[in-house]
Amino acid sequence: MERYEVHEHDVLVVGAGGAGLRAAIEASAMGCSVGLVTKSLLGKAHTVMAEGGVAAALAHVDPQDGWETHFRDTMKGGSFLNHWRMAQLHAQEAPDRVRELEQWGALFDRTKDGRILQRAFGGHTYKRLAHVGDRTGLEMIRTLQDRGVHQGFDVYMEVTLTRLLKDGDRIAGAVAYRRDDGGIVVFRAKAVVLCTGGVGKAWRITSNSWEYTADGQALAYDAGAELIDMEFVQFHPTGMVWPPGVMGLLVTEGVRGEGGILRNRQGERFMWKYLPEARRHEYAADEDEARRWVEAAVDAKQTNDRRPPELSTRDNVSRAIYTEVKEGRGSPHGGVFLDISYLPADRVKRKLPSMYHQFMELADVDITRTPMEVGPTTHYIMGGIRVEPDTGAGTVAGLFAAGESAAGMHGANRLGGNSLSDLLVFGRRAGAGAAAYAKGLGSTPAVNEAEIEAEVADLLAPLSRGQGESPYDVHKALQECMQTLVGIYRSQADLEKALEELERLRGRARAVRVEGSRVYNPGWHLARDVQNLVTASEAITRGALLRKESRGAHSRLDFPNMDPQLGTVNMCAVKTAGGMRVSPTPLPQMPAELKALFEPAKEKVG
Amino acid sequence: MSHGNGGGEATFKVFRGDARKNEEIEYKVPVEPGMVVLDAIHWIQANRAPDLAVRWNCKAAKCGSCSAEVNGKPALMCKSRLDHFPAGEPIRVRPMKTFPIVKDLVTDVSWNFEVNKRIPAFKPRANAEWKWQQSDIDRAQEFRKCIECFLCQDVCHVLRSHELKHQFAGPRFLVRIAALEMHPIDGEDRLPFVKDQAGIGLCNITKCCSEVCPESIHITDNAIIPLKERVVDRYYDPVAMIWRAITGKNGKK
Ligand SMILES: Cc1cc2nc3c(=O)[nH]c(=O)nc-3n(C[C@H](O)[C@H](O)[C@H](O)COP(=O)(O)OP(=O)(O)OC[C@H]3O[C@@H](n4cnc5c(N)ncnc54)[C@H](O)[C@@H]3O)c2cc1C
Ligand code: SF4
Ligand code: SF4
Ligand code: FES
Repeated sequence: MERYEVHEHDVLVVGAGGAGLRAAIEASAMGCSVGLVTKSLLGKAHTVMAEGGVAAALAHVDPQDGWETHFRDTMKGGSFLNHWRMAQLHAQEAPDRVRELEQWGALFDRTKDGRILQRAFGGHTYKRLAHVGDRTGLEMIRTLQDRGVHQGFDVYMEVTLTRLLKDGDRIAGAVAYRRDDGGIVVFRAKAVVLCTGGVGKAWRITSNSWEYTADGQALAYDAGAELIDMEFVQFHPTGMVWPPGVMGLLVTEGVRGEGGILRNRQGERFMWKYLPEARRHEYAADEDEARRWVEAAVDAKQTNDRRPPELSTRDNVSRAIYTEVKEGRGSPHGGVFLDISYLPADRVKRKLPSMYHQFMELADVDITRTPMEVGPTTHYIMGGIRVEPDTGAGTVAGLFAAGESAAGMHGANRLGGNSLSDLLVFGRRAGAGAAAYAKGLGSTPAVNEAEIEAEVADLLAPLSRGQGESPYDVHKALQECMQTLVGIYRSQADLEKALEELERLRGRARAVRVEGSRVYNPGWHLARDVQNLVTASEAITRGALLRKESRGAHSRLDFPNMDPQLGTVNMCAVKTAGGMRVSPTPLPQMPAELKALFEPAKEKVG
Repeated sequence: MSHGNGGGEATFKVFRGDARKNEEIEYKVPVEPGMVVLDAIHWIQANRAPDLAVRWNCKAAKCGSCSAEVNGKPALMCKSRLDHFPAGEPIRVRPMKTFPIVKDLVTDVSWNFEVNKRIPAFKPRANAEWKWQQSDIDRAQEFRKCIECFLCQDVCHVLRSHELKHQFAGPRFLVRIAALEMHPIDGEDRLPFVKDQAGIGLCNITKCCSEVCPESIHITDNAIIPLKERVVDRYYDPVAMIWRAITGKNGKK
């Protein structure tokens, strides 16, 4: 039997993005021994790429803002499939979490009176996103990282978790491998907090990094936890479409927040056509009003003018761009134009420095002079591990989750900026929840040697297989399948075809052969990643089949309307002896005092 | 004609192996418009050498993972466009020299994380007003753009040629200290650390670090020189010393 090293902690946090770092800081501050595991080096997690900002009703620029409006915007953005309690906690606590970051050393951009500056983003009634130019995620992760290194928890960098271990029906630890030498590591822990991020590498055109291979979702599912609403995958409306090497790379919504205008090849500002009737009154009536709003935004001034149509929700803008392109009004490289060149060049460079450099260096486009070409890209998953709002507890004892790998907060569609605040609010809560649970347990649960051995054998098998496909080929086939069959617009026939294909891909993924040794071998790493992606893709596809309606980010060509019945359920995936079972489960009911916030008299239209 | 106009092919010479046993292997890679070195490395992984080790995350010059030496120059692979290299000539890709090799293009950069831990943490002054102007933080914000690519650490001769890692924190961490020292609310005194443990005296202002920084941080001019001045003021300036003795102020900020 393979020898392995063993580490023991009260709480094991998996993932060192915003959610994982915040969870580790909290659990450690509560006196637990904490281990923090990450697939990459510290400070490189996805959160580092977040650009636009973190949403919190601080009311520094628009004093009318408050948690109630943030709560309403979030529920409406999510088509009311959000867990009301998560949306409430999030809206109430985000301002404190942002102020806390500042007290830990973060340096946000300032208003003229010296407070944290806030910008506009899609779906938010008021200017609500605290930001640092267009590198907000970097500021956030560095602040948490620097706080974390003095907090006294152990960090395991470039270590990948591959299986959760259980003692009876509760969590007991996990199996992992070190990337540098391929050595096996076993963690014993009373509680595990999964903060592993999303699933975007299942698609070919994506803004996500190699890390987004659904590890947390697959690990939790295999351990018996429930996944919900996996069909809700966000396609961000503005990814780069040219040159091919950068296709999918994100163009932050901050560009539209700062006044970016979307036009088709005929020069038409098409977003007005696509505003939902029920929401039209929230947006500017014409070019003049939109321009006045931008002028006020540039000066960070309050205004009674309404926001431009480009600041509609992401699901809506993505479908609009998709439709324009499909109907022949797209740009030369299959996108549309996003124009901010009409604003003063120095302002664009100051507020959107990385976008300026990204286009200049990668596409030879000067965005202060020329419009950008953009199109939808896979970006975020709203669904994930089902958790208890207050504690982040999953449906298996000792398992917790937060951040993008958890579900419930965003419903059918996430508003931009609501993820970074989600990480802080629920990262902290999950860390506290796990610490409280760990303290309540007497001794660390036992790990099962046979289970570890089986996992290690499984993990190493591709290295000794005489023949088999390359994991890169299987990954490519999976991306092709999801891109063409489970994209922005879905249909019964496509989804069924995808399910059949996924069944084949599961077999192919389990039979790959890997060349080389265990020392830093990306092919070997991908072999396991692809299996996780297949599991998540199946949950996404099965959920999409059952959700015979169009809601939020999920659009069915064969069912273009919302179905009120389906507005009362989450789609829940669990592992059974016969394979994956996905079925509707009832949505928790909002209490009367929160429902009252949606009565017309209480809704201020800004 | 240059690389990257589509249709063509580029030749790569990639460092494969570890410190003990290594060779330069040649790969021919089909070229697409706008392609960067990291794309070529990914193509080689998917089609020729599945175990070729490389670090990357964002592919957008935001995470600082893909640092290497391209044609002898420290650079981010995801920002190195093929059409910026002379056509027809092979492009050489090697790991950073200043850090121990793990395998292929991946180096062991853990030393950097150890240095970071030793820097005295941010500590707000008592009763500080949490309000300040944008102009008060422009400087510190420049330093906070650092993506920890460690290219400046790679190029700095104090670390690269003289191997003084035990005495010198390196430009990245002088930048980090400068960000803390110029934070409007910070009240910690880091000058003893800057002088003794970070070894700022070893830097002789050659500016090689500033030249390779992908975030265009003016490392030498804006971070290191002001820190050096503070150290000189505190420890070597007789007038300031007398002033401190009289007033009891340590001269910070
Ligand atoms: C380009 C881009 C821009 C964005 N801009 C914004 C924005 O402006 N505002 C906003 O609110 N949101 C934004 N988002 C979304 C937001 O950044 C993410 O949803 C969020 O950062 C996810 O954070 P997380 O903590 O859940 O996970 P991450 O930050 O992704 O961290 C995941 C961690 O899990 C680790 N991990 C994964 N699997 C394993 C495993 N098997 N073993 C060990 N470790 C593992 C990884 O190494 C990593 O450390 C953006 C996203 C992208 C891609
Ligand atoms: S300026 Fe100083 S820190 Fe920068 S490379 Fe030269 S010696 Fe190193
Ligand atoms: S200062 Fe510049 S070169 Fe040095 S690590 Fe930071 S970003 Fe890289
Ligand atoms: S991959 Fe992130 S900097 Fe190159």
